[in-house]
This record gives sequence, structure tokens and C-alpha cells, in this order.
Amino acid sequence: MIYLQLFYEFFKTGMFAVGGGMATLPFLSAMAEKTGWFTQGMLADMIAVSESTPGPIGVNMATYAGFTAAGIPGAIVATLGLITPSVIIILIIARFLKAFRDNKHVDGAFYGLRPCSVGLIAAAGMSVVKLSLLDEAAFQAAGDWLAYFRWDCILLAAALLVCTRWVPKVKDLHPIWFILGSAVIGVVFRFGGA
Amino acid sequence: MNRYLDLFVTFARVGVMTFGGGYAMLPILEREVVENKGYATSEELMDYYAVGQCTPGVIAVNTATFVGQKLAGVPGGIVATLGVVFPSVIIISVIAGILTNFADLAVVKNAFAGIRVCVCVLVFNAVVKLWKGAVKDKGALALFVLVFALSLFLHVTPVVYVVLTAIAGIILTNLGVRKS
Repeated sequence: MIYLQLFYEFFKTGMFAVGGGMATLPFLSAMAEKTGWFTQGMLADMIAVSESTPGPIGVNMATYAGFTAAGIPGAIVATLGLITPSVIIILIIARFLKAFRDNKHVDGAFYGLRPCSVGLIAAAGMSVVKLSLLDEAAFQAAGDWLAYFRWDCILLAAALLVCTRWVPKVKDLHPIWFILGSAVIGVVFRFGGA
Repeated sequence: MNRYLDLFVTFARVGVMTFGGGYAMLPILEREVVENKGYATSEELMDYYAVGQCTPGVIAVNTATFVGQKLAGVPGGIVATLGVVFPSVIIISVIAGILTNFADLAVVKNAFAGIRVCVCVLVFNAVVKLWKGAVKDKGALALFVLVFALSLFLHVTPVVYVVLTAIAGIILTNLGVRKS
């Protein structure tokens, strides 16, 4: 029964993804490999759509992934699965908010959890890099390591990195503008090879 | 208006107006929940938000549950949470449905190939931002390197890393390894 499995997988994600929306990425990546509901490439597209539509990113990604797996009922079930552990945990914590915040062990656990979350997201990000900036098939066909890199994509990535981090004013723009710009460049220069 | 309906609508508005991550949500919550509705004070909201960041799950959802339960107990928490995710379910289902139908068009393929490059940069920027708050001493750095390296090569569920690093964090803190 796919709905039960969807609920279970997203319940797990909501239970263990700590540190906001992007923290769900490694869980979705593992889910893609385990269940085959969507590919790593589709996951990258989900991030883009989730960043550029209203709603919290984590919720949007869950809805999108659920939709891909099992249509509109899938979208609803995945979203409910994601939020159920949050609701339960928060309703429990709300009764002793102060004690929770000041608890030494809770604080200690989060000292370990935060770098873990960053490490997991970084590793999941590497699969997006592999997918969009590298070309393993071309490398194997040509036997030339230069063919391993998609130079046009790397150039765009470098330009985006500079724009989003260092160019004054431009770096404060909402990500949607960079996503739209990249879409236009992708179409004009046929990044997809289509 | 019915109290629950009011909660639902208020948080649905917050959901629609939140564009991007949980961080983008704070000013909107401030306006809708504190100024317009008086559901909570600014200080309460900051508390909820802070705890929402260091509990599992999406920050926006956690904060909504907090405010809802403060106003109307457990049903309030549930209603507020359903409100905040409601717009996402509708909007994303529509977009995902459209994109699925047009995924084979050349223009869509090329556009998404460009967009994926941008996603690399967005994920990288998110990592840098989170890194600043997470990795402040050698113990945290060691945990980051371990998790990053292991999860690149070992394909086990991320749950394992989460549980083990939480335990490691408690131990390191108790041993006094951590710099305060």
C-alpha cells in the first residue's frame, strides 16, 4: 500500500530532519534511492520549484515528492506524514518550554545534531553537483578527463556563486530571480542538449 | 468568526506569504500573528521560533503548532499547522501536475538543466549559512567531516547519523570537550 509507505517515509523525515527545510534533502535523496519514487534529477527540480513557490521549502518538497510518487492523494499523505511528528513533539514540549530550552542534554544533543545536519545536506548537495556540473557518460565515451566537466554549466555556477555571495545588492535578491535567470540561460544555450 | 477557522485562515495566509525558507517567515509571522491578530507577543514568537529551529521538522510548521496550541490547546495546534501547509499542497500539486505533463518538451528540459546549476549554488549557500551556526569548535568540525565523508560513500539511512551525533553531542558536552 503506497500511501502507508509514503506516510511512514515522510514521518521518518519529519522526525529526524533537524534544522529547517533544506535538512529534508538528504532524507529525500535516500528515499529516491530506496523506493524509486523519483530520481535524483527530479529531486533537484523539486528544490528549484519549492524555492520559487509560496510555502515553506520543507513542506513544498514533501508535497512535490508525494505528488510524484502517487498523485494528489500522495501529495496530501506525504505532507501529513512530514508534519505529524512535529505536531506531536511540539505539543509535548510546549508544556515545559523553558525546561526544554535550558536542559543541558537537549543542548548537548543539538551541539552534535547541527554539524550532522550540515554534513548530510552537503553530501546530498554533491549528488546535485554530479548531476548538473559533471558528465560521467561523456567522460567514459571520450576517455578524456576534460570531457568529465560540463564547462558551460560550471561557468554559470561560478557566475551565480559570485552574484549570490559577493555582488552588493544583487546578492540580497530572492533566489527565484537566480532560478529564472538560470532557466533562461539553460534554454538559450541548450543546457539540456534538447 | 469561529476561533479554529480564524486560526486556519491566519496560518494559511502565513503559508502563502512565506517565500523560501523558514527564515523568510519571521517578519510575516510578526505582522500576521503579533500585530494583526495579537495571538502572541513578539517575545513569545521569538521563543517559539528559537525552539522550532532546534526541534525536528520544518521550522514554519513547528512555530505554527506552538502558536495554535497556546491559543486553543491541542486542536488549535493541529488546525494552525494544517493551515500553514494548506497553500503548499494546492500550489505544488498544480505546478507538479503541469510540469509532469510538459517534462518532455525541449524547452522545459533545457530550462531545468540550467535551473539545476542554480540549485547547486543554492544548496552550497545554504550549507555555508548553516555551517556558521553549527561548526564553532573542533568537536563540531570533526562531527561534520565524519558525517559528510561517511554519507558520501556509505548508503545508510540519514537516521543513523542523526541518532549517533545526538548521542555524541551529549557525551562531548558532558566531557567538557565543547567550547562555550
